[in-house]
Amino acid sequence: MHHLWLIPFFPLAGFLVNGLFGKRLSKGAVGMVAIGSVVLSFLWALKALFGLAPLETAHVERYFTWIQSGSLVIPYELAVDRLTAIMLMVVTGIGSLIHIYATGYMHEEEGFYRFFAYLNLFMFFMLTLVLANNYLLLFVGWEGVGLCSYLLIGFYFLKHSASTAGNKAFIVNRIGDAGYAVAVFLIFLTFGTLDFPKVMEAAKALPVETSAGILTGICLLLLVGATGKSAQVPLYVWLPDAMEGPTPVSALIHAATMVTAGVYMVTRSAALFLHAPIAMETVAWIGLATAVMAATIGITQYDIKKVYAYSTVSQLGYMFLALGVGAFSAGIWHVVTHAFFKALLFLGAGSVIHALHHEQDMRHMGGLRKKIPITFAVLTCAWLAISGVPFTSGWYSKEAILGAVHHHSPLMYWIGVATAAVTAFYVSRSMFMTFWGEYRGHAHPHESPPVMWLPLAALAVLSLAGGALFNVPHILEPMFPQGHGEHDFMLEVIGSSAGLLGIGLAYVMYVANPGLPASIATSLGGVYRLVYNKYYVDEAYDAAVVRPIVNGSRTGLWQFTDVWLIDGMVNGAGSLARWLGGGLRMLQSGNIRAYAAWVVAGAVIFIIAAGAIAGSQGGLR
Amino acid sequence: MPLLPVPAAVPLSYYLILSAVLFALGVAGFLFRRSLITVFMSIELMLNAVNLTFVAFSYQHRQVDGHLFTFFVMVVAAAEAAVGLAIILTVYKNRGTLAVDEIDSLKL
Amino acid sequence: MDAILFFLFAAIAVISAINVVVQRHPISSALSLVGVMGSLAVLYLLLGAEFIAAAQMIVYAGAIMVLFVFVIMLLNTGAEKSSRKGRILTVVAMPLLVIFLGLVSYVIQRGFPDSPLVKFGEFTGGGPKDVGMALFTRYLLPFEVTSVLILIAIIGAVVLARKEMD
Repeated sequence: MHHLWLIPFFPLAGFLVNGLFGKRLSKGAVGMVAIGSVVLSFLWALKALFGLAPLETAHVERYFTWIQSGSLVIPYELAVDRLTAIMLMVVTGIGSLIHIYATGYMHEEEGFYRFFAYLNLFMFFMLTLVLANNYLLLFVGWEGVGLCSYLLIGFYFLKHSASTAGNKAFIVNRIGDAGYAVAVFLIFLTFGTLDFPKVMEAAKALPVETSAGILTGICLLLLVGATGKSAQVPLYVWLPDAMEGPTPVSALIHAATMVTAGVYMVTRSAALFLHAPIAMETVAWIGLATAVMAATIGITQYDIKKVYAYSTVSQLGYMFLALGVGAFSAGIWHVVTHAFFKALLFLGAGSVIHALHHEQDMRHMGGLRKKIPITFAVLTCAWLAISGVPFTSGWYSKEAILGAVHHHSPLMYWIGVATAAVTAFYVSRSMFMTFWGEYRGHAHPHESPPVMWLPLAALAVLSLAGGALFNVPHILEPMFPQGHGEHDFMLEVIGSSAGLLGIGLAYVMYVANPGLPASIATSLGGVYRLVYNKYYVDEAYDAAVVRPIVNGSRTGLWQFTDVWLIDGMVNGAGSLARWLGGGLRMLQSGNIRAYAAWVVAGAVIFIIAAGAIAGSQGGLR
Repeated sequence: MPLLPVPAAVPLSYYLILSAVLFALGVAGFLFRRSLITVFMSIELMLNAVNLTFVAFSYQHRQVDGHLFTFFVMVVAAAEAAVGLAIILTVYKNRGTLAVDEIDSLKL
Repeated sequence: MDAILFFLFAAIAVISAINVVVQRHPISSALSLVGVMGSLAVLYLLLGAEFIAAAQMIVYAGAIMVLFVFVIMLLNTGAEKSSRKGRILTVVAMPLLVIFLGLVSYVIQRGFPDSPLVKFGEFTGGGPKDVGMALFTRYLLPFEVTSVLILIAIIGAVVLARKEMD
């Protein structure tokens, strides 16, 4: 026993302490509890992993039977294999750094203890998700992180946009969760169990489905769940709005960990997907579509967090592309490196926003290179990593993905390369608008305190060196053998130059010729407006889904079913009783003599009735 | 020779009919009197009428049980009189009247 | 002799009972009620209920009626005033009452067409000894319960009357 349960337990304990007593604790104590619980969890995970090394096969710990109903037996089982180990390190490691950062970032905010209670609860559910050994326990974590995401997006609940953004995230995720739930039912129907090892074992025994079959159905439904959680087309719309939450939340939940749950889940179900090629192809195309769409939207946004939000969606699309072409280990590698550099981008953006007193519009930034040098330095590391500059962490994982994609389909490869260039372009654009040129705002920028920039520095190191340090495909070799994608030097040159091209183009447009973007925007006209308004997806959903539901609910459910039918029945019964009672009330005159007269009348009727009955039975006696 | 052709004894049913008449008079008093005290006395009258029935049936069956019922009714009547009269006192104190048709605060 | 006594005291009882109902002043009604109770005591004696006859005089005519008279004098409400409110009730209830009496009499006549004649001295099982024997053997539990009832009545009366004091 390595007591894996302690890993999620520490954050849960932190949640309970902060949630129950946080109001009475000082900010320092709340911060210590929150950070301490996550760091303890990280250390315990490390200890367990060292104890379990080399972890060739999964280590399972069974604690108790959670559900037993007929043939359905769900044990409370936690399991660690190499995939889980990587996720554990990412979640607890980056989680710890972000918790430390958040104590500085959130210091002036109302509801400090509430924030950390939610954050710890999130860590608990995320670790449950990662450690779960069956689909149902994973679903517990899956729903739990969704709940925490909702709570934290709506953290500034007095702000209307924040609470609606929280609702949007919750509702859109419900659509995906419904798909996941149905998939779980189908898995149980097909395999009679929900345990990962048993399901995978059984799936490997089934033939590969060339046409649509039960496995394809399961995989597509799992994909629906993943598109909700991991913000893929068509359910990605909640993630940009989720930026209403505090920036550490955006970094932890909406960039580094929760949104990669879909990638993790698909990877976990790899055996199912490998036997359903149609589903795999769908995954790849959805990923590619998401990557392209979000990247192009990212070019036109001015809110720094929105840019990074679309960037996250786009990068998640990359991961799904990797999964779709069968490069699971490359996808997970990108999960890891993306967690490094995207968390850094968000936290750096948070540092910028913090420095500028909650200014998020890049048009009011500029020239901050000298004013907040540490933030600039760490953000540069993230910038280089996401742009795919050679030998940074992002470069490794992106090249691994593109190599696998090229092996699968050259068409997808070229779209992917173009998207990589676009990615480099919009991140560079945000950097140039923020740090180059003249300062266009009115606030007085100040550098963030060490409690904020120290985690940033750690992440900066990881962003630069993380790819080389953690060779994920190598670690996952026992689980996902690397059959293809031998390092092709030509492909790497193309991929790297795409990134550098994007940076160069951005330099030309935003530093060398600052007037150029505006003239390009006007010359493109309609296309620019289409992209600037995010392809009108929100508006289309509003017209196609939200409005019909709202109107249908209003007229069909509310006005007809509720008001007319149900209220009519209830009120009808009520007024009938009232009417009858009103009639009978006349008897209750309150006059005692009238009552007595009624008693006499009753006695007379009784005697007559008794006499009649006795008479009909042959008289008295 | 009796002056009137009176039978030497009366049948038991005469007692019962007397009881019925007294009971009906009690009901009449209950219905038509306005004073709470008179109404209460009418109730006592009805109880007495019923007592007569008990004793009459006790005679018919040659058993003492009917007497005991009567005894218990007396006890209950005594208790009832004590509480009832106390209530009447309180009502009079609070409302200044004993007219039953004016004491109708139970009405909606 | 028995019949004469019956008719005499039955007549007194009915006339007194009518007097209870028709008298306007409560004190007249109360005194008429004493008459009813006294004549009923004689009828009890005729039926062989010696103990009950005595108890009727002592408890009813003595204690309870004294209580009534006491309260009437305490309140001193005077004669009842007539009101119009009860008119409809009289019109409706009087025939009802007559029908009721007629029905009950009819049932008694039909039910006991040849009931035995009541002769004084024929039933001697109603003396204090017989009543006492029954009361303290078969009816012991109800007897004890009545003691509790009376206790409750005393407490109730005290509680109700105490309100008047303050």
